[in-house]
Amino acid sequence: MKIIFYILIGIFFGIVLFKSEAASWFRIYEMFLFDSFHMYGIIGSALVSGILFIHWVKQSKPKSFFGDEIAIAAKERSFLRYAIGGIFFGLGWALAGACPGPMYVLVGAGYWPIVMVLFGALLGTFVYGLLQKQLRH
Amino acid sequence: MDVFLKPWPWFVSGPLIAMTMALLILMGKRFGMSSNLRTLCTLVGADRVVGFFKFDWRTQRWNLWVALGVAIGGFLAKNYLILDDTVHINEKSIKKLGSLGFESAGKTYMPVELFHGDALSNPKVWAILLVGGFLVGFGARYAGGCTSGHAISGLSNLQLPSLIAVIGFFVGGLVMVHLLFPLLF
Repeated sequence: MKIIFYILIGIFFGIVLFKSEAASWFRIYEMFLFDSFHMYGIIGSALVSGILFIHWVKQSKPKSFFGDEIAIAAKERSFLRYAIGGIFFGLGWALAGACPGPMYVLVGAGYWPIVMVLFGALLGTFVYGLLQKQLRH
Repeated sequence: MDVFLKPWPWFVSGPLIAMTMALLILMGKRFGMSSNLRTLCTLVGADRVVGFFKFDWRTQRWNLWVALGVAIGGFLAKNYLILDDTVHINEKSIKKLGSLGFESAGKTYMPVELFHGDALSNPKVWAILLVGGFLVGFGARYAGGCTSGHAISGLSNLQLPSLIAVIGFFVGGLVMVHLLFPLLF
């Protein structure tokens, strides 16, 4: 039963990503050139809303839809993994013009070469797993 | 209806993205799209080779349903919820892309030079798409999250690690677009 909710939330998110043009390669390029406010506006207004929501959750401690406690985990403290991993991610984000969410959107929208990007992303994930013990975190 | 079928402005889209996160948190889950890549690796048998992929993938099954939904959403938006999906980026960006050989800038949703089926007849395009995806997948796991996990979820929770990661995203993106694009295209 819950599965339907997850699929519906996904459909909602997919529509938002496509309609906001955040799934467009061009918008990512334009963002990194600082030629438009559009992507900064999306991320900025998402953040303001997100910060308010998380603040509300911490203050009023609502139960989940299914009556469970809601735990919001803190990220593990470190510098190197976030800085280095982040730079790798950014290089790919600008080149492929898509982060993971938009990749799924573009598969659905039928831009078939995105399947190569998705395959590359799976390969990259696998190689990270392979090298995890050797990498500095 | 006309406004709905046009591209949505940033001040509508941003809060709706936050709403996606809010709904998942209220379902008792979290908002993070790149975790699915690890789950998919496990599903195709990576757990038999590498310890990192040894986990009970069923605990992440819900997120695969979300990802499936995202793809369905992309299909619906592209085919039924938009009249004209031309992305009108800034003229300056269009000019710069033109000088790099992207004639489709300002005329389509995605550059046909990379994302039209015919583009795959060029091996260079294969390499660009594969390497781009590889860096996203590798970087997302190394940094422990992507745009949804760090830039939206982590920053909303005022996490310093996510701020470091997002600064990293931008350092990488700026280097790619400003220093490497002129060499690649």
